[in-house]
Amino acid sequence: MKLHRIAALLSRHLYLYKRSFPRVLEIVYWPFVDLLIWGFITLYLAQFKAALPNFVLFFLGALILWDVLFRAQQGITISFLEEIWSRNLMNLFASPLTTGEFLAATMILSVSKVLAVSCVTVLAALAFYSFNIFVLGVSLIPFILNLVIAGWCIGVLTTGLIMRYGQEVEVLAWGMVFLFQPISCVFYPLSVLPDWLQAIARLNPATHVFEGMRAVITAGTFPAHNLAWAVGLNAVYLTVLIVWFHVMFAACKDKGLLVRVGE
Amino acid sequence: MAEPIVQVRNLTKRFGDFTAVDGVSFDIRQGEILGLLGPNGAGKTTSIQMLLGLITPTAGEIRIFGLPFDRHREEILGRVNFSSTYVSMPQALTVEENLRVVGKLYGMDRITSRIDDIVKRLEMEEFRTKITRKLSSGQMTRLSLAKAFLTAPKVLSLDEPTASLDPDIADKTRALIKEIRRSTGLTVLYTSHNMREMEEMSDRIIFLQRGRIVAEGTSEAIKAVYGEADLEDVFLKLARTKPRA
Ligand SMILES: Nc1ncnc2c1ncn2[C@@H]1O[C@H](COP(=O)(O)OP(=O)(O)O)[C@@H](O)[C@H]1O
Ligand SMILES: [Mg+2]
Repeated sequence: MKLHRIAALLSRHLYLYKRSFPRVLEIVYWPFVDLLIWGFITLYLAQFKAALPNFVLFFLGALILWDVLFRAQQGITISFLEEIWSRNLMNLFASPLTTGEFLAATMILSVSKVLAVSCVTVLAALAFYSFNIFVLGVSLIPFILNLVIAGWCIGVLTTGLIMRYGQEVEVLAWGMVFLFQPISCVFYPLSVLPDWLQAIARLNPATHVFEGMRAVITAGTFPAHNLAWAVGLNAVYLTVLIVWFHVMFAACKDKGLLVRVGE
Repeated sequence: MAEPIVQVRNLTKRFGDFTAVDGVSFDIRQGEILGLLGPNGAGKTTSIQMLLGLITPTAGEIRIFGLPFDRHREEILGRVNFSSTYVSMPQALTVEENLRVVGKLYGMDRITSRIDDIVKRLEMEEFRTKITRKLSSGQMTRLSLAKAFLTAPKVLSLDEPTASLDPDIADKTRALIKEIRRSTGLTVLYTSHNMREMEEMSDRIIFLQRGRIVAEGTSEAIKAVYGEADLEDVFLKLARTKPRA
């Protein structure tokens, strides 16, 4: 790992965002719109004062955290797509840049994106709904970190598939994460799922994060076992996926796809 | 005599059951300009991409700076660069920003003064601060050449580098390549469909057809062997001959 090469990739994306209005929108405006729409729906539903006392907290919290997962994944996948779109992959991989350095740079970009987006959504929630996510407490922070890593996992998976199968699967960059949404238990607890689906959802680190978030809200205790599951699953998945990505990368070089992606 | 900078032995690339490069062997000496000639689909680009580590060979061996490529990729690629009509660069960045990123990627120091120098040599002053998306194809080609020269490579691969340049800039580019070769001992592997350019630039020419070397030598030697006064006629003769099975 050479830091200057990672820094070079980061500067390339900084230059890009400095100049591209649509890309800034991606970070600032869409998360804001999301929060606005779902936030007002939540407020409306809360008028019915169902048996659920922490309704608003549940929903807005889930919404903000879901965006963390989504943007963490996008941070990885879109960075790769940018290179395809600008036919820049050959320039990068005919340089001494390694696959690991490339992934590391996309992960740093992903964290930056999450931070930027979170600032927007957290401030907007405060301004529009007087909802301060930090009332949920600092115990949420380790869960958010795990959500970022879960996002990386989906991001690496999606990127590997796009690299290998090309343009046809590019839409996965936006769709993949929603494949996992029903089994992430974002807006409802694990217990509402049928047993067989619960078993699958338990294998998803995001499920344990959202379960943890709800535990923080309702019980106010620190759900250590949820965190342990999230950390354990993430560690396994991320390791496996990074190895898998290297294998896919080698397969692409063998089939001569690296010089053709995007065609 | 010193060891050749580039040594290629039995280089072979199969895509499925199609053989794109078929047991190719050659050396390039330090400071030499080697021209790869051949009809479309002969395997020129595939060969160059294997030398850049973008395609993994099916068989054969590549040594650059005396080092086996597969075990010294990073070390080798830090001292190699390429320019090709097939690649582009990030469109939303300015020419200068793109060059800066490349400089950082290769860990160069004094990046600004290097950029100043290369911009002057390639006459890029008037579009140095332009957004890459807005470049003409000739300007884009010059940016691609600039990114290759910027990193002061010891070995340079150029895949049809002058294809979209006007004759004036193409001529200046050739002069620049020769000048840098003279001053730094740059080694060049070159492809072009321009026969005059091939003759003018190359110390030696390799003629590829269907992935195999069918002729090799100085352009004078090749012309003599095939009894033609013109390299273009040799090209036509070779390209239209059915290879022996
Ligand atoms: N990734 C690939 N998969 C399958 N066939 C390929 C691939 N890349 C190149 N080829 C084939 O290999 C042959 C040589 O191509 P190339 O090296 O680009 O030729 P040249 O540069 O001499 O025109 C062509 O027939 C081409 O279609
Ligand atoms: Mg070619």
